[in-house]
Formats: sequence, structure tokens, C-alpha cells
Amino acid sequence: MNLLIAVTIGLLTACGVYLILRLRTFPVILGLTFLSYAVNIFIFISGRLAPGLPPIIDKAAPGYTDPLPQALVLTAIVISFGMTAVLVLMAIGAHLGAGHDRVDLRDDAEAGE
Amino acid sequence: MSHLVIAPILLPAVLAGLILLVARGIVLQRLIALAGAAGFLALPLLLAGRGGAPVAYHLGNWPAPFGIVLIADGLSVLMLLLLAVVALPVLLYTMASGWDARGRHFHALFLFLLAGLAGAFLTADAFNLFVFFELLLIASYGLMVHGGGAGRLRAGIQYVGFNLVGSTLFLFALATIYAVTGTLNMADLAVKWQLLPPADQALARVAAVLLLMVFAVKGALVPLQFWLPGTYAAAPGPVAALFAIMTKVGAYAALRLGWLVFDAGPTAGMWAELLQPAALATLVLGAVGVLGSRDLPRQAAFAAIGSMGLVFLGVAAATPEATVAALYYLIHSTLAGAALFLVADLAGRRGATGPVAALFMASAIAVAGLPPLSGFLGKILLLQALEAQALLIWSAVLLASFLTILGFALTGSARFWKAHGTAPTAAEPLALAATGLLLAGLVAMTLLAGPLTLWLQGVAEGLADPAPYIAATAPQSGG
Repeated sequence: MNLLIAVTIGLLTACGVYLILRLRTFPVILGLTFLSYAVNIFIFISGRLAPGLPPIIDKAAPGYTDPLPQALVLTAIVISFGMTAVLVLMAIGAHLGAGHDRVDLRDDAEAGE
Repeated sequence: MSHLVIAPILLPAVLAGLILLVARGIVLQRLIALAGAAGFLALPLLLAGRGGAPVAYHLGNWPAPFGIVLIADGLSVLMLLLLAVVALPVLLYTMASGWDARGRHFHALFLFLLAGLAGAFLTADAFNLFVFFELLLIASYGLMVHGGGAGRLRAGIQYVGFNLVGSTLFLFALATIYAVTGTLNMADLAVKWQLLPPADQALARVAAVLLLMVFAVKGALVPLQFWLPGTYAAAPGPVAALFAIMTKVGAYAALRLGWLVFDAGPTAGMWAELLQPAALATLVLGAVGVLGSRDLPRQAAFAAIGSMGLVFLGVAAATPEATVAALYYLIHSTLAGAALFLVADLAGRRGATGPVAALFMASAIAVAGLPPLSGFLGKILLLQALEAQALLIWSAVLLASFLTILGFALTGSARFWKAHGTAPTAAEPLALAATGLLLAGLVAMTLLAGPLTLWLQGVAEGLADPAPYIAATAPQSGG
């Protein structure tokens, strides 16, 4: 279980880093999304993996899992979702205005294909 | 009861909501924003009037390590005051120049940015710091593309992308810190950081470096400065002027957490070791950038990078004297940088008239740190505090100053002495006055350097001795 989660986070991060290094806005946005998925799982497991345990103290349960990372991850999800939406809108605006969706800031004359 | 502590966050946030809900006309929006900025100036003064001891505010009255705490100590109040002093002239300039009418929601975003910055300066909880960073960033995204245009949007995408990566790093760092220590409250962290078992120390060092990288992104330290020149040069002039304080948030966070948490236990001295070469490189790169750019906004942006190099040099030294110098130069460079961005906007919109040229002269002298204005005093303070490493640091600082002066002299003579195609039109008097107000702040800093450094010494001593800050976090009856 630990290994599976660790590999998943590593894979998501690697995909994210690869994609944000691309030249077009769409892969960059996808890459940022992958990175935020990776970090969300990472926050989630920072309270240690405790399968099958409730996040509250319950006398019937054998123990409890740390509820704080779950609260943190909710905040992080909301924020990254909002930020991605802003970035998508700005990317659409820039694409419509400039006629291409390159991320770099070279002059349009040079960048025109 | 100290509800005053949360007021600098609530006041602009509530007024921003009010603008969004009821104020359709630009006149009403301007009135509300002006009232907000004026009130925002009064609040830190009231907080400062309570004396230097840290005042805590327990949100929802939850006891300390579990609930979120806001603390107003000397450093927080200083940063709030600086923010208010920059925000008011910038707002006046925006109104005078008509920038705020070029798109919608300028004033609401402006007030949200103030709320986010105030929160970042006040919070005593590391995750809450992240939340306020995001609040100020999302407001800054809106402000940065205010007025629209494809060029600005494309620069905006880089800015947002870079900062989203920074936010992800911030979350990785916070999650690692939580996994190691089990707390995110800064005061609690300060205590637990020194008691880490040896097995966890490597992980703790990784987290500290990740966090430092986040602050380096915010503070535009080499090699993480790439987002700044394009963003600040493409942003509307007054917005770039307000952004002059946003890079300082990185320096503030590094000062706060560096002194409180990370200069002990497994990470003692580590930040300083990493920060100093980065700060020197930033300083020199900023100066080379000033020399290499040919338009004023870009030059002002590189000058902002160079000034962060000087501030971080003081932060890296981690002695009270160097902190006083860093804070003095931080205040100076915020005011001077904001003034320079406003002058660049004036010259770009209205052309090079006499008063604009005079303001450029004054702000360029201030940014380069030449004698009559306070930049010179800031540099002297810094050089004195870092005398032990004189050879390396003095030569870097002097070289950077020389390159900056040369760059501004070149652009100034090309921009203001040569005839250009279109005849310049007289600038709005209020816009000139707003820029002059920022420069007057620099004159005041020079004349009142003695009392100011005394105050900053108090702030630095508050940082060096974290016991009152930690004690203030502890739950009090009725807190």
C-alpha cells in the first residue's frame, strides 16, 4: 500500500513536471493539474496511512486517523481548482487575442509559423 | 479582547465585497476604495500605538496549536504600515490616470489584494500563510491582466503558471513539515523543530529547503526570478507599483520563519548558507538587467530584482544588525520601486515632460542608492552589518550600484533628452502628486533615519527573541 501510493505520487509528479515544460498552454495546464493531484495525495498521506479507521474518535473503532490532513487537502483542492479555472480562462483569452497559444514571450513576428 | 488584530484583513475584504455587490458606478467604487485604503492606514497605526508586545487573536477562540492564530508583532505592524503607505498613493495615481476605468473590478481586486497581503503579514499558522498567499495571488492575477490585451494576457499566463508551481511546492513543503512535526502553528513548530529525532532530520531539512524555494519564487531570487521582468513590465503601471511590495512578502516570510523556526535544530544556519550566494547573484543580475533593458518598465522590473538581492543579503546574515539594514532597505526599495513604476507609466502614457523627468531623476537616484536619498543610508547600514565579508559583498554591492546608475543614465538621456515623434502632453497633477508622495516618503526616511532605525532595532530584537511571540500564541482566557 505504501509503495503503491509513493509510486503513484512520483508518477503523477513526473508527468506534471514533463508537461509544464512544454511550449503550448494546454499541456502546461494539464501538467499543473497533475502536479496538484500529486500534492493532494501527498498531503493526504502526511497524516500516515491508516486504512479503515474513522477520522474521529469513536469508542467502537480500534483507533482513528488524523483528520487534519483531510481538512488541509480540501482547502488545497478548492484553491487549485479555482486557480486552474483562472489559468484556463486567461489561456483562452490569450489564444484568441494573439492567434496562437505558445507560452513563451517572443515577438509575434518571430513566433509566427 | 483584541479584535483590532483581524481588522486589517476584514476591512478591505468586506469593502471589496461591498463594491462587487452594490457599487456599479466608478465614482462610488473610487470612494469606497479610498475609504478602505485610508482606514487601512489607520489600523496599523492603532496597532503600533498598543506597544511592541505581540498581540494574538485566536480565530473562533480555538486554543492555540489546534485553531488558527493571528499575531500582530513588531514586524507584522511594520509590514502592514508599509503596505498602507504604498497602497494609498498608488490608489490615488490609479484614479488620476484613469487606469481603474479601463477594465472592470479594479477596486474590488485592489482591496482583495490588500486583504491577502495583510493576512500573510499577520498569520501565525503556516498553512494559513499558504491560504493568504493564494488569496493575494488570485487578486494579483486579476490586477495583472487589468485592461486586457493579448500581450498582457500572455505575460499573465507565465505569471500564473510560475506561481501555481510555487504554490504546489509550498504544499509539498507544508505536508512534509506536518508529517515530520505534526503541527503547522508557527510557534508550536518553533518548539518542536528543536526536538526532532535524528531519523526525521533529513526529511525536515528537505522541507525547509522546499519552503525556502517557495519564498525565493515570491521574492524573485536567482535562479527563480524568471517570472518577474515580463510580468512587471507587462502589468499596468500602478499595478506594477503595488506589486513592488509583493516580492517583499517572500522576504517577510523568510525573515519570520527563518528567525522563528528554521535557524535551530536540524536546519541551523542552512538558510543563510543557501541564501547568500543566491542573493549576491540576484543583486548582480538585477543590475545587469537594468543596464541591458531599453524601456523604463522593464528596467524598473530588473531594479526590483536587484533590490531583492540586497534585502536577502541582510536576511541571510541572520544577525540583528543585518536585519535592521534589510528592513530599512526593504522599506526604501518598496517606496522607490513603486515610484519608479509610476514614473515609467507616466512617461509611457504622457511623454517626457519636465515634471516627469524630474520625478524620474529623483526615483532613479533613489533606486540606484545614490547619496541624497535613503537608499544610500540603507546600503551603508547593510555594508556595515556585513563588514566581516567585506571583500566579496562590498565589491558586489558597489559593482551592482555602478551598473544600475549607468543603466538609468543611459535610458534617462535617451528617453528624456531626445525628441520623440509625438509631442508630450502635460501629466495629470494628481498623478504627479501621488508619485511625489512616494518620493516624499523617501525624504522622510532619510531625515528621520535615526528614529526609524531605533524602531527597526526593536523589531529585529523581537525577531531574535521569539519567547514573547511563542508566549502570545498560548491560549488566554477570553483571548
